Amino acid sequence: MLLKHFDAAAARKRCMTYRRRILDISQQVQALHAAGAFSCLEMVDVIYNGLMRGAGSDNCPDTFLMSKGHGCMAQYVILEGLGVLTHRDLDLYCKPDGRLGCHPDYGVPGIEASTGSLGHGMGLATGMAYTERHVHKGDGLIFTVLSDGELQEGSTWECMMMAANLGVDNLIAFLDHNGMQSFGNTAETHPKFYPIREKVEAFNWETAEVNGHDAGAVFDAVTKRKGGRPFMLIGNTVKGRGVSYMEGGAIWHYRSPNPEEYKQAMAELAEVSS
Amino acid sequence: MRNKFADAIYEIGKTNPRICALVADISPAGSMVRFREEFPERFVNCGVAEQAMIGIAAGMALKGMRPFCYTIATFSLYRPFEMVRDDLAYQNLPVTVIGMGAGVIYSTLGGTHHTMEDIAVASAIPNMTVLAPCDPEEMRLATTWCATESTGPVYMRLGKAGEPDLTSDAVDPFEVGKIRYLRRGDGDLCILTYGITTKMAFDVADRITARTGKAPSVVSVHTIKPLDEAGILAALNAHDRTVVIEEHVPHGGLASRVKEIAWDNGVTKGLRSFTLKDEFIHFYGSYDELLVRHGLDVSQICDSL
Repeated sequence: MLLKHFDAAAARKRCMTYRRRILDISQQVQALHAAGAFSCLEMVDVIYNGLMRGAGSDNCPDTFLMSKGHGCMAQYVILEGLGVLTHRDLDLYCKPDGRLGCHPDYGVPGIEASTGSLGHGMGLATGMAYTERHVHKGDGLIFTVLSDGELQEGSTWECMMMAANLGVDNLIAFLDHNGMQSFGNTAETHPKFYPIREKVEAFNWETAEVNGHDAGAVFDAVTKRKGGRPFMLIGNTVKGRGVSYMEGGAIWHYRSPNPEEYKQAMAELAEVSS
Repeated sequence: MRNKFADAIYEIGKTNPRICALVADISPAGSMVRFREEFPERFVNCGVAEQAMIGIAAGMALKGMRPFCYTIATFSLYRPFEMVRDDLAYQNLPVTVIGMGAGVIYSTLGGTHHTMEDIAVASAIPNMTVLAPCDPEEMRLATTWCATESTGPVYMRLGKAGEPDLTSDAVDPFEVGKIRYLRRGDGDLCILTYGITTKMAFDVADRITARTGKAPSVVSVHTIKPLDEAGILAALNAHDRTVVIEEHVPHGGLASRVKEIAWDNGVTKGLRSFTLKDEFIHFYGSYDELLVRHGLDVSQICDSL
């Protein structure tokens, strides 16, 4: 049922446009989590523009939820591109007359669940996937993007155990493994967080690991999965990918660039493929 | 109450395919077995993983189901509190969280298993409805309402077992959001209560009648949120004295809400409350003995009135 072909070159062009749009919006507000949106951007694009069947249409059988709610700018600009959110919606981001905030809110078009507090998306996605597969007996797929920090929440592991127990082979999770959290590099602050993939597989999930900025590789890894179990794609990414001074800088988790930084970012933006 | 709850869920689930039950390694006996066997896809045992239970229930509700989450009250409400708040209440989903065996009924299990603050905790959350039926029939009606009429999350506090019939002679019918006179007295004393202490309220009323010849009213405040403020105010004004009895800490429950209503409306009639103490009591005796330690028993209440 999934698309057989995915145009990775077109995805690179889209993602550059998305990054520009996010940077534009960053100039209207103090904070918008640009770096966390940039790290998962290619994966979210692959989900909406490659994996979901008829994303943005009323009869799309598939669901996406952004478990790492702070990455929602990636979702907003893509929903804008699909015509689900309007240009005006994004222009009014975090403004009193608008309806988009720093985290996705259930009820806004295209937003299937409220997230933002980490460690909630896996439960919501598991419940959705279970209902689609085992109650409604349908073929709806549930896609979710998690941050690596969320994998430190016990609730995420509770639900991963349950997803495997419940046999929800229609649950496809993406781990935005950018290796950074507020206190620094996870490899240094919490070295025993690693290895990740073995932990996930020990919970009886199927996994694949690719460069999360390589849209073609992301698409192929998901479409070539064996199935029969919940699936997690570990996407190795760079926080702030696409803007040199944001890459690896913890401050960009939250801060918006000033006008000069904005100019530099716009000048250097290029297509990202890895 | 546990087994009657299982019966109610089974009966409703037979005709309503949206009803599902999620448990966390604790399940009522009786008909829950039938529910599990006849509707296996609508019964999920999440194991000892209450955060998963609430999160998965929310995901199921987002896909059109009306889940009931069932376990002991401390574990259904306190452990996954943020899931209850964010996943259920913030998204306003029709999920019912059952707090089974609330209060101090698990007396010898100690403070970790006592649920003394749940009404305050649950009532503090926007969108949340808080129910505490007093007997099996009121529980059946409340469960039916949760399954078919509620549009958002509900926390329903249940007793453990053995609650007698207290409502077959009730003055008023059961209606969510309205207080319910189970017995209407002579205007001297009104007893407001809910859930498991309703039996105690009847015993208090009977003893007062025996001692003084007066006839207290007994009111089931089964809906603690949204509270029937007009009904409470009318009860306060219609009686010389009002007493609140609840198996809950003194703050944040029915007692403090009734006092708010009285103060806000300038009520000058007598108003007393009998609650659990704001205290973890390390005592390992029977349920009744523990209630005595808290000052919550028929004799102490009657003697002090």
